[in-house]
Amino acid sequence: MRRLSRFNLVSLALGLAFLYVPILILVVYSFNGSRLVTVWGGFSTRWYAALLEDLPLQEAALTSLGIAFVSASAATVLGTLAALTLTRLGRFRGRLPFAAMVYAPLVMPEVITGLSLLLLFVAVGFERGVVTVTIAHTTLTLCFVAVVVQSRLASFDRSLEEAAMDLGCPPLKTFLTVTLPVIAPAIAAGFLLAFSLSLDDIVIASFTTGPGATTLPIRIYSEVRLGVKPEINAVCTIFIAVTAVVVILASLISRRTERPAAG
Amino acid sequence: MRRAFVPRDDLDKPMVRFDAVTRRFADVTAVDQLSLDIREGEFFALLGPSGCGKTTLLRMLAGFERPDEGRLLLAGQDIAAVPPWRRPVNMMFQSYALFPHLSVAGNIAFGLKQERMPRREIKARLAEMLRLVRLEGLNKRKPHQLSGGQRQRVALARALAKHPKVLLLDEPLAALDKKLREETQYELMALQDRLDTTFVIVTHDQEEAMTMAHRIGVMNHGRLAQVGTPAEIYEQPCSRWVAGFIGDVNFFDGTVDAAGVDGVVVADTAGRRFRAAGTAGIQAGTKVALAVRPEKILLTTAAPDAAAMPVNTVAGKVADIGYLGDLSLYKVRLDDGTVVKASVTNARRFAASDIGWDDTVWLSFAPDAAVVLTE
Ligand SMILES: Nc1ncnc2c1ncn2[C@@H]1O[C@H](COP(=O)(O)OP(=O)(O)OP(=O)(O)O)[C@@H](O)[C@H]1O
Ligand SMILES: [Mg+2]
Repeated sequence: MRRLSRFNLVSLALGLAFLYVPILILVVYSFNGSRLVTVWGGFSTRWYAALLEDLPLQEAALTSLGIAFVSASAATVLGTLAALTLTRLGRFRGRLPFAAMVYAPLVMPEVITGLSLLLLFVAVGFERGVVTVTIAHTTLTLCFVAVVVQSRLASFDRSLEEAAMDLGCPPLKTFLTVTLPVIAPAIAAGFLLAFSLSLDDIVIASFTTGPGATTLPIRIYSEVRLGVKPEINAVCTIFIAVTAVVVILASLISRRTERPAAG
Repeated sequence: MRRAFVPRDDLDKPMVRFDAVTRRFADVTAVDQLSLDIREGEFFALLGPSGCGKTTLLRMLAGFERPDEGRLLLAGQDIAAVPPWRRPVNMMFQSYALFPHLSVAGNIAFGLKQERMPRREIKARLAEMLRLVRLEGLNKRKPHQLSGGQRQRVALARALAKHPKVLLLDEPLAALDKKLREETQYELMALQDRLDTTFVIVTHDQEEAMTMAHRIGVMNHGRLAQVGTPAEIYEQPCSRWVAGFIGDVNFFDGTVDAAGVDGVVVADTAGRRFRAAGTAGIQAGTKVALAVRPEKILLTTAAPDAAAMPVNTVAGKVADIGYLGDLSLYKVRLDDGTVVKASVTNARRFAASDIGWDDTVWLSFAPDAAVVLTE
């Protein structure tokens, strides 16, 4: 291995510091004994205990988890179907526009996605709330699932399916017993990605939510506007931990699928 | 080489019959008006250069491609409309196509489960197959935990597990190294003898086809150039192309000078005259090519004595020597510049040393060693 020069070390340290010092400060201060956010008052877990009594915050967390679960599930099904269509139907007419449309939300500014969804919901007279946020998050995350699953399907050996059919397995059963299990890790990774994206989103959620439904990021944001409370640090730390676990899980699973499929 | 194959099924009802089958892709005709019968219990090899349509032919039998024209019969029944999952035919894929999420046992039993075979029978069949391909004890492994040779055996066992009427093998040994490939060739032959299943194998390795098959179909541009036993194809090629494709050969182009009952005399373009035996029905004046295999040419360093001067003798200078271990290949340049290849078995160690570059040598071959080709 090449040794890092002093210059490399310094730039690495600076880069990492730039990325993680703010988060580190947040995590450290979530264990602050003092009520004042900027003054260190010794180690304490009292803000975590305080969370247990903050019912609105807990409710917001539950709402977020629910939305994340349902929208990620829907996005996984739709995204997988889109990926299958894109890889399997060959060069059908309109494949390119379809592919572009599936992937557009990847690069579309969230404000625009959020605003257009808001306009749509208003136009059709849909009452805004948990359902609209869920639909919006499905729209947002579907393309991420499609990308992950499509890249797995692109390297999928079609002769596996032919072998199954050759051995007496009809096409639908072949899909369920061979194709799906082989691409399952990619689908799971797509689901986890969609889940964490939905959990983190604030822009689209604030455009499409209604009075009754407050997601966790929205709740945190509105509380912070009145001044940073130590409880918020604690909640954010938990949030970071959950997201990190989900993302790491997703990357571990997708790494497993990329291992050359022996066969 | 195989023992002679004796067909036992009805001549009008072969196991497989291609009847003027054509398959086109956008701009290529992969299989062109091809007719072929394969008999029950036969080991048939399809041999041909890359892109000649071998895989397409096999995939039509398996049901993955449909013929555009012509009929495809299996045991007397037209199977054009039967989907792959209902055909009593199994295929061993070139890439093996083992299911990565299933164990060895799961892979081999996959086909049996599809036909809802009772658990007990599946177990028995699985044990039988594992024994057959000598993989006992590995049934719990996943494909990625196996060596290349073991994977190849699993693929074979999986394709044989359903006791298909015809087993299709698409370049089954291409991924193995030479030693293992030769071993596996003999195993496959022994297996086929024992199971008595019809095997259709695709290969581009002519030695492999010659070793294993009862009959070989040599394909070119979607058509069968010749069908016959390995010896027929090698010793009586029907065209210049087949003679050149299988093994090494020397050609002398010329015209038939005189035709008689016991053979013809061919005068080649350089004025040499050769005798060839056993060529009934060729008229004098026909343009022909005389094909002689290098191993059928006798190479001598001393001039044959004039009285006993055998027919078909030419003199030349050694232009190149290829030492292959078991034999040496001499390229001899004749007066007119024609290069003739002759091979000599190295029966003694270091025997090659008495013929050197630029030595004058005499080449001769018997009249029945030459094949007269009109195509
Ligand atoms: N699905 C397809 N679409 C278009 N052309 C095809 C398709 N399959 C085969 N071909 C063409 O048909 C011809 C015969 O192909 P085939 O795969 O049968 O050749 P092969 O004899 O098996 O060659 P190889 O020894 O290289 O495997 C080739 O020209 C190939 O390009
Ligand atoms: Mg091929």
